[in-house]
Amino acid sequence: MANLQSNFVGIKSPNPFWLASAPPTDKEYNVVRAFRAGWGGVVWKTLGEDPPVVNVNGPRYGAVYSGDRRLIGFNNIELISDRPLDVNLREIKAVKRDWPDRAVVVSLMVPCEEEAWKRVLPRVEETGADGIELNFGCPHGMSERGMGSAVGQVPEYIEMVTRWCKQHTRMPVIVKLTPNITDIRYPARAAKAGGADAVSMINTINSIVSVDLDQMAPNPTVGGKGTHGGYCGPAVRPIALNMVAEVARDGDMAGLPISGIGGVETWRDAAEFLALGAGNVQVCTAAMVYGFRIIEEMQEGLGRWMDEKGYNSIDDVVGRAVPHVTDWSHLNLNYIAKAVIDQEACIKCGRCYIACEDTSHQAITATKDGARHFEVLSEECVGCNLCVSVCPVENCITMEQLTEGVDPRTKAPISSEHLEWTAHPNNPMRRAAE
Amino acid sequence: MGSTVKLFKTAANGKLAPSDIESNFDDLHPILSSEYAVVEASRCLYCFDAPCLNACPTEINIPKFIKQIYSGDADGAATTILSENILGGTCARACPTEELCEEVCVVTQTEGAPVKIGQLQRFAVEGLIEKGEHPFRRAPETGRRFAVVGAGPAGLAFAHRFTMLGNSVVIFEKREKPGGLNEYGLAEYKMAGDFAQREVAFLLQIGGIEMRYGKALGENIALDQLKTEFDGVFIGVGLGDTRKLPASGVTLPGVEDAVEFIDRLRQAPAKADVSIGANVVVIGGGNTAIDAAIQARCLGAQNVTIAYRRGAASMSATAWEQQLAAANGVNFVHWASPHEFVGKERIEAVVFNRMELVGGALKETGEKMTIPADCVFLAIGQAMSHVGLDGLTLDGGKISVNEQYQTSVDGIYAGGDCTATGVDLTVQAVEDGKQAAICADALLRKRSANVAE
Repeated sequence: MANLQSNFVGIKSPNPFWLASAPPTDKEYNVVRAFRAGWGGVVWKTLGEDPPVVNVNGPRYGAVYSGDRRLIGFNNIELISDRPLDVNLREIKAVKRDWPDRAVVVSLMVPCEEEAWKRVLPRVEETGADGIELNFGCPHGMSERGMGSAVGQVPEYIEMVTRWCKQHTRMPVIVKLTPNITDIRYPARAAKAGGADAVSMINTINSIVSVDLDQMAPNPTVGGKGTHGGYCGPAVRPIALNMVAEVARDGDMAGLPISGIGGVETWRDAAEFLALGAGNVQVCTAAMVYGFRIIEEMQEGLGRWMDEKGYNSIDDVVGRAVPHVTDWSHLNLNYIAKAVIDQEACIKCGRCYIACEDTSHQAITATKDGARHFEVLSEECVGCNLCVSVCPVENCITMEQLTEGVDPRTKAPISSEHLEWTAHPNNPMRRAAE
Repeated sequence: MGSTVKLFKTAANGKLAPSDIESNFDDLHPILSSEYAVVEASRCLYCFDAPCLNACPTEINIPKFIKQIYSGDADGAATTILSENILGGTCARACPTEELCEEVCVVTQTEGAPVKIGQLQRFAVEGLIEKGEHPFRRAPETGRRFAVVGAGPAGLAFAHRFTMLGNSVVIFEKREKPGGLNEYGLAEYKMAGDFAQREVAFLLQIGGIEMRYGKALGENIALDQLKTEFDGVFIGVGLGDTRKLPASGVTLPGVEDAVEFIDRLRQAPAKADVSIGANVVVIGGGNTAIDAAIQARCLGAQNVTIAYRRGAASMSATAWEQQLAAANGVNFVHWASPHEFVGKERIEAVVFNRMELVGGALKETGEKMTIPADCVFLAIGQAMSHVGLDGLTLDGGKISVNEQYQTSVDGIYAGGDCTATGVDLTVQAVEDGKQAAICADALLRKRSANVAE
């Protein structure tokens, strides 16, 4: 099988799957179970200053389900580790001693004062941990106290704290970014400017997961009231993938390593993060839903896929898709595709028809010679992919590229030349052809 | 009704404990849990111009009600169902869904099995009935009143819709309980939990319906009299009789109509008290034959044989029903037509003629076959009773009605099995009753509007 060894900013682990800083990594007991199961590394649940924070004693989590009651979104209002600092440090030291081949990174969150960081860093270093991750992302509770995402939302603070950390420790510094901003590149650039060795993203997204319509309060409801919490799980993956890609292809970042986080549940999710430029992935929700054993399918699946594709190492995969991520304005407007329905595969549910008829371009028939029959009218089809998206049969509707002749819809000849918006005649700001 | 087949308790020696017998008559399918119902509902594709909807004689908006279950509005789903089919509860339990809505479900093509529409319908409807709330209200009182003859599915559906439209109804029923075949003619395990009565009680919550039992047309009530006393009459008397076999020995003790056996069993307070023979022969090929045969097994009969004069493909029992019977040890003998019922004081055996198709015609082969029997149930079909229907034009032996469900006599409507409106199914009878009520109400309103001018 392909070599899954990972080397992320000099931190080595037998595979690129780390557990993210979260409840699963709060104690030695859990972390040892994770390592026994095969996880490559952990980011220990965020440590803060003593006295420890206090968590709510009611529900901390809320969930969003699909129709078949699979958990697709998850949120929490839990704070950072609520255990004394020295207990955590002692356990971290023991774990690192017992599991030298695994990555043990410590997540930190202390007040935005240099002295506070100066105090905690040597104590972490003493444990033998492989690195630190700065929690600038937690969007609930801690942010009300000027930490977590309150720092992550101000690029100047990110840069400042990162610089302190680089000054006061020899450990690699990973800066964990909050997605609760408008453009992820600004905080990422700030981390780089402060000297960060890597960024990790995304932390959780501010959310109300659902409303209890009897109590008339957000879930999770604690004594009749609820608050916003951090959203994660498969539902946030598309947002995380985009943010990873935005940072990976940003010229100013100059290839700063990225640890990809956000709804990784299967090997395929991990492969997608790697392809978009993440050097490894961190997982939390999937482990919390299914337990640590999911690492087996993740490792085996990733290895099998890499073998099939001829990728020998993780580095072979990292960033493969980045050159193909572009801005809309560079998409080829001369590319023409039309939907085609495979009549053999079609089960005649008519969902493509009603979607196209009601909400799009009236490009699908409902009947032919009086019988139920769904077929694309090329002269109306704009190639939008809606029918493909709603069809319940995989590969029944496909998008077929037209490469010659005329587009039956526009009657314009099909050109093989690349024509993007920047050069399009309709664009008043177009650049002259070079 | 899905692919899982209930296996009843049977005993090799035919001696079943009374508790086993009682449990054999429990629900054929347990009602879906709310978790399963939502998962099952999530399989529905919400088809455009859905084939299931078009396959339902009452045109229940199936995709809509399934989506309502999916979204956590099971009471809304029940209302959607009941607004088209007030006996949607019985239909969910007893409809041959595998030949109606579920047969055309497109999900079968990708997943190998249709969405369990019948069971989802049951989940929704029984949940609402359980709550004791009635989802419909009567329109302002019109002062008009109809007589309904027969408290079966057609009569009940007529009464409900007609009263909902603001009219009132008196139902005249021959027996001592309402429900018709729902109460007297379906296998116990299909209607477990006294469902027929619970459903009627729910239906009557609409108000404006008076029940009079022990009233039979041609015996103690007459059409002329009803017509005079009421603004109109709806006849939903069903078929009322069974076909007779001309074979010799058919009157021997131990030979009984299957519908009578089913009826007796349904009304027995303790099923274990209903005696059954060791060797039971059921003659016929429909769902009634299946219901009788399986219930004979449930009671502990050792050998139960369904004898049918044609091949399996010609049986009107659905494939699912045949499968259920076969899985529960019912033997099928095809191409056997009863020739003679043999016995001294009571039935001892049935002699059959072996049959074959010659040039498309059913012929005797000349071969005979004898099956020992101490119990024989005849399920060769119902027949139309014409008692009390004098003056009405018939069509193929059944009451002739036009598209408005009007008989040949002005003001007298009819629907259900006693008319030739379609298949003899509960769901068809409900549709007939509902449509007849709408037609009758519209005509009465039109006439009174004309009078007012």
